[in-house]
Amino acid sequence: MTTHEHHQAHGHAHDHEHESPPHHSMKNGFVAWAKGWLFTTNHKDIGTLYLILSLIMLFYGGAMALLIRLQLFQPGARFFDPNFYNELVTVHGLVMVFGVIMPAFVGLANWMIPMMIGAPDMALPRLNNWSFWILPFAFALLTISLFVPGSGPNFGWTLYAPLSSTYGPPSTDYLIVAIHLMGISSVLGAINIIATITNLRAPGMTWMKMPLFVWTWFITAFLLIGAMPVLAGVVTMILFDRHFGTSFFNAAGGGDPVMYQHLFWFFGHPEVYIMILPAFGIVSEVIPTFARKKLFGYEFMVGAVAAIAFLSYIVWGHHMFTAGMAVGTQLYFMYATMLIAVPTGVKVFNWVATMWRGSLTFETPMLFAIAFVVLFTIGGFSGLMLAIVPADYQYQDTYFVVAHFHYVLVAGALLSIFCAVYYWLPKWTGRYYNETLGKWHFWLTVIAINITFFPMHFLGLTGMPRRITDYAVQYTEFNMMATIGAFILGFAQFIFLYNVLATMLGKGKKADARVWEASHGLEWTLESPAPYHSFSTPPKFGEIKTEADDKFEHVQP
Amino acid sequence: MVEKKSHRKIFIIGGIVAVLMFGFCFAMVPLYTLICKKTGINTTSVAGTELTKPSVAAALGKNIDMSREITVQFTATNHMGMPWDFYPRTKSVKVHPGEKVQVYFYAKNPTEKNMTAQAIPAMTPTEAISHFHKIECFCFNQQKLKAGESREMGLLFQIDKDLPKETQVITLAYTLFDATPNEASKG
Repeated sequence: MTTHEHHQAHGHAHDHEHESPPHHSMKNGFVAWAKGWLFTTNHKDIGTLYLILSLIMLFYGGAMALLIRLQLFQPGARFFDPNFYNELVTVHGLVMVFGVIMPAFVGLANWMIPMMIGAPDMALPRLNNWSFWILPFAFALLTISLFVPGSGPNFGWTLYAPLSSTYGPPSTDYLIVAIHLMGISSVLGAINIIATITNLRAPGMTWMKMPLFVWTWFITAFLLIGAMPVLAGVVTMILFDRHFGTSFFNAAGGGDPVMYQHLFWFFGHPEVYIMILPAFGIVSEVIPTFARKKLFGYEFMVGAVAAIAFLSYIVWGHHMFTAGMAVGTQLYFMYATMLIAVPTGVKVFNWVATMWRGSLTFETPMLFAIAFVVLFTIGGFSGLMLAIVPADYQYQDTYFVVAHFHYVLVAGALLSIFCAVYYWLPKWTGRYYNETLGKWHFWLTVIAINITFFPMHFLGLTGMPRRITDYAVQYTEFNMMATIGAFILGFAQFIFLYNVLATMLGKGKKADARVWEASHGLEWTLESPAPYHSFSTPPKFGEIKTEADDKFEHVQP
Repeated sequence: MVEKKSHRKIFIIGGIVAVLMFGFCFAMVPLYTLICKKTGINTTSVAGTELTKPSVAAALGKNIDMSREITVQFTATNHMGMPWDFYPRTKSVKVHPGEKVQVYFYAKNPTEKNMTAQAIPAMTPTEAISHFHKIECFCFNQQKLKAGESREMGLLFQIDKDLPKETQVITLAYTLFDATPNEASKG
């Protein structure tokens, strides 16, 4: 048992709260440092590890994105052969989904949920350690798969059968095991989050007094438990088809490749909400702070998230309208999908209503939150267009789809993660980031996102197919625009990297406990940086006051 | 230690849900087939088709509809790892509804061991399945071929007059599976 674990187990860490643990510096030698991080069960350490992994993966997946855009700068496929292009598309997608967005949200959950609900740590700290340390192995396997003789995975992140079964290269097996590992990690993480939120809330924090970030993560955790095992199951079936002579997805053997699509999207659609619900939570924390108002319609926000999560399980068919589906089924999936616009609209209007007549200031996190609301709404609208069956026959498998999901994933999920990092970084490190650099990062990122992804709508509408390494000359201008935007977007992230690292290493103005003028919630009652062990004794939830509480009535108790 | 206990409860419930969802994937296989069969969505399998009785065949053959001509195409594939040579002697044949037609598929076992095979049919368009009557078919029995042996395998069929007007081409696909008993294949 390491020292900090010992303290934690006995809950008398009070005298040691200000003492930083041995592995936070190299003073005690490399072995102590490595062992400390490897065996840590502290939610803050594990949160940090998740966020660092996610940051590394962002540059890894981003480099692949830039290679893709390089190839598409001009027609003629002049940089690499089509198969390598396909590998790039596949691994870029998997890294960004499973390596960037999901670990970043889990990292934020680890850091913030215990602090927001007044818990000393996650409910199952050792499991937490294991959930994280599985991931580096998963991504190592994914990377190895690129170098296996006979091509890396080249069938797109969806692993459609028979491309991945009958025609899959040998590296597919590595990818399948990598996905299994990611799945185990996410499911264990989700169970841990549910246990933490259910059992460890501070006295007085009832369900409907939980911060919205906690609520969204609670619901996301249920989506993870329901969806990730389905992905694990379906890739296992691919593995069986490849090696054990089964014919789950082989029509010649009585199976059906369309069933693969059904199962994959039964996972895939909840998955897209796994990647956006925590973003809703982040934005719902940030906007009230900088609008100096209470969140408008808290109960409806919670209800909307629950409604979206429920609907996400029954709309998977809208990914497969052109795969052959009875008219009645298509109509059902169309209407059910469009229904999601209602709770999502409730959320967007509530964010706007929160800002209405607030005393707004535009610090970097607020800028990111506002950009999220605007750009995510654009992504939502293109999603509605895709939900319309007859229109989808035109949009299916074109750049319109690429534009849509990059608006919700980059302009949506990724911006919300930047927003969260800027918002909570002073709490984590005890110092403010450099506001000027933050603004530069924001404006470059938001402008570049639109230069990169907006033209893709037009490309898609005029018929440029996705996942193709070369294109007809009439698409050249928009592709050049997208490539230029992508490079600005990519290199702008070095500003973020520098800003975060500099703040972590002790540059910047010192922050007090409240950090932001109108910050609200338990995490701001802890000093900045947050002590290594916090809330060893549960806080009194009702005693917290914020400026927002004083100014406006109908406030938290 | 009440708290510890309730963590365990949540962990167990969560774990069970995850395992059930994993199992759900595999449960979808029979469910999917059942849903497709019941609703008639996406069925191409004609494995269940029964042998047409001679009396029925004779009745069907009484009035041949010379005004219509249906093209019937044949394809043959080997299932993964099946080493036999397997192809239709006739790739395509024109048929009047009611007419009896005989075609042959060629199969050869090029390996050095005795093998048994089973052919599984599939048909498109699916509306044709109930109007396509097999009087004799190699797919009704397992085919045993000694090492190096070859065989012409017969298919005698009729199409009835109730075949929907818009159906002009029927494709019948056979996939050959290795059905050699385990001990034999091991030896």
